[in-house]
Amino acid sequence: MIRIENVSKSFGDKKVLKNVSAEFEQGKTNLIIGQSGSGKTIMMSICTGLVEPDEGEVFFNDRRFSNLPERKRRDIRKEMGVLFQGGALFDSMNVEENVMFPLNMFTKMSYKDKLDRVDFCLKRVNLENSNKLKTKELSGGMMKRVAIARAIANNPKYLFCDEPNSGLDPKTSELIDALISEITEEYNITTIINTHDMNSVIKIGQRINFLYRGQLWWKGDKNSILTTENKELQEFVFATELTRRLR
Amino acid sequence: MLRKIGDYVILMGQALRRPPKFSIFRRQLVHEFYSLGVTSFLIVAILSVFVGAVAAILVAYNIDNPLLPDLMIGFVTRQMVIQEFSPTIICIILAGKLGSQIASELGTMRVTQQIDALQVMGINAANYLIMPKIIACLLFIPVLIIFSIFLGIYGGYVACDILNIISTEDYVLGLRSWFDPWTVTFALIKTVVFSFIIASVSSFIGYNVNGGSVEVGKASTDGVVYSSILIIFFDLILTQMLLS
Ligand SMILES: Nc1ncnc2c1ncn2[C@@H]1O[C@H](COP(=O)(O)OP(=O)(O)OP(=O)(O)O)[C@@H](O)[C@H]1O
Ligand SMILES: [Mg+2]
Repeated sequence: MIRIENVSKSFGDKKVLKNVSAEFEQGKTNLIIGQSGSGKTIMMSICTGLVEPDEGEVFFNDRRFSNLPERKRRDIRKEMGVLFQGGALFDSMNVEENVMFPLNMFTKMSYKDKLDRVDFCLKRVNLENSNKLKTKELSGGMMKRVAIARAIANNPKYLFCDEPNSGLDPKTSELIDALISEITEEYNITTIINTHDMNSVIKIGQRINFLYRGQLWWKGDKNSILTTENKELQEFVFATELTRRLR
Repeated sequence: MLRKIGDYVILMGQALRRPPKFSIFRRQLVHEFYSLGVTSFLIVAILSVFVGAVAAILVAYNIDNPLLPDLMIGFVTRQMVIQEFSPTIICIILAGKLGSQIASELGTMRVTQQIDALQVMGINAANYLIMPKIIACLLFIPVLIIFSIFLGIYGGYVACDILNIISTEDYVLGLRSWFDPWTVTFALIKTVVFSFIIASVSSFIGYNVNGGSVEVGKASTDGVVYSSILIIFFDLILTQMLLS
């Protein structure tokens, strides 16, 4: 479980997050949704410690994480896996080295064990036998999957995914969604997903947090979101022609 | 400006620490040796021979005076190559190659969030990425410069031989006259300082890129411009300090 309490963040005069409190449950896919620029990435970066909040705190299972020196965060960091918006694979390394990277950094496993773990993770994302491919030889969907494999390599307890299916075709995007939600249940991970793709929201939104102009505007799940009376949320959900017609 | 210098010092403070896992550092270092060092040999070799040849021709042209012995040509060429051409000119050329390479590599890693990915894992990204580059430059650029000194002097020899400026015997005689080992030490001190400037300044610029691919391009140019300016500036200071 991850809890954020009264988090605020501004850049200059611009208030990006205003007094946001939220809880993300273990073993569930927790979604953060909202328009572009509503502060989803910033909220995630505060959880992962890339950005410090101006006010407020972040807790990982009641262990404080925010406003601590890097050295004291190390233990929690080992339990985190992060999938960045663009994948953020290391382009000086091939697929295998990318996935093995967290293992090299955090574990004392033998090379053979690490290799087994890499193969297992790659198999999990349907990329067997791609070990030696260079990052530039991968398609967008493959990159995302390798990035997921890297994020789960060291058995994280907390998984953060920033727009895991942006820029992918609907089919690949469903595949990635399914993969993330399976992993979440299978290993009882606390998963947080940023998205503005309504299709994933309806499919994997076990817990949904709607950000609107830097505030946590609405909370619910994939069923209640379709019947919401909240005006701003309705605008977001039924923003496309397709969803309006279906309604 | 002062703020930039402060940020630079802080970044170097983070970068120049003992690496947590030596095996990983060593692997990075070997990688940098290859990607920064080995690929620079050819360009240094070509430039040095030509610059040495030009130096010999220029000296011959300017001291075309019957009162000055022919061995002056070898002597002055040697002094110029050791004290200025190899350490300064070649380092500026290397600033062009390595500075843009380092700044754009780190800049790309920044904008594609590879540096964030390292930080999220709790890795000191500055130490992991920048330290091997600095150490690699500090070790191989001096080697390149010594190599360049020999080739530069050889370039002068070739010029004398082909263009019949003076006999090669006179040139070699000049080379062997009034040799002061301090000039080589001086050249190496300069080289070490310049190497540090090239690696650290362009790392600093690349590491702090903010934005997208346009900014990466700009960082790569800035890396070259700032390291070249600083090299010339420190050339003046060091020459004044060490030779007077
Ligand atoms: N480093 C920064 N400096 C200044 N402003 C920033 C910075 N990072 C983000 N912002 C601002 O914060 C706001 C929220 O940005 P954020 O990246 O969290 O949006 P988002 O909800 O993730 O959008 P998207 O769906 O497009 O990814 C934006 O208006 C952005 O301009
Ligand atoms: Mg975002």
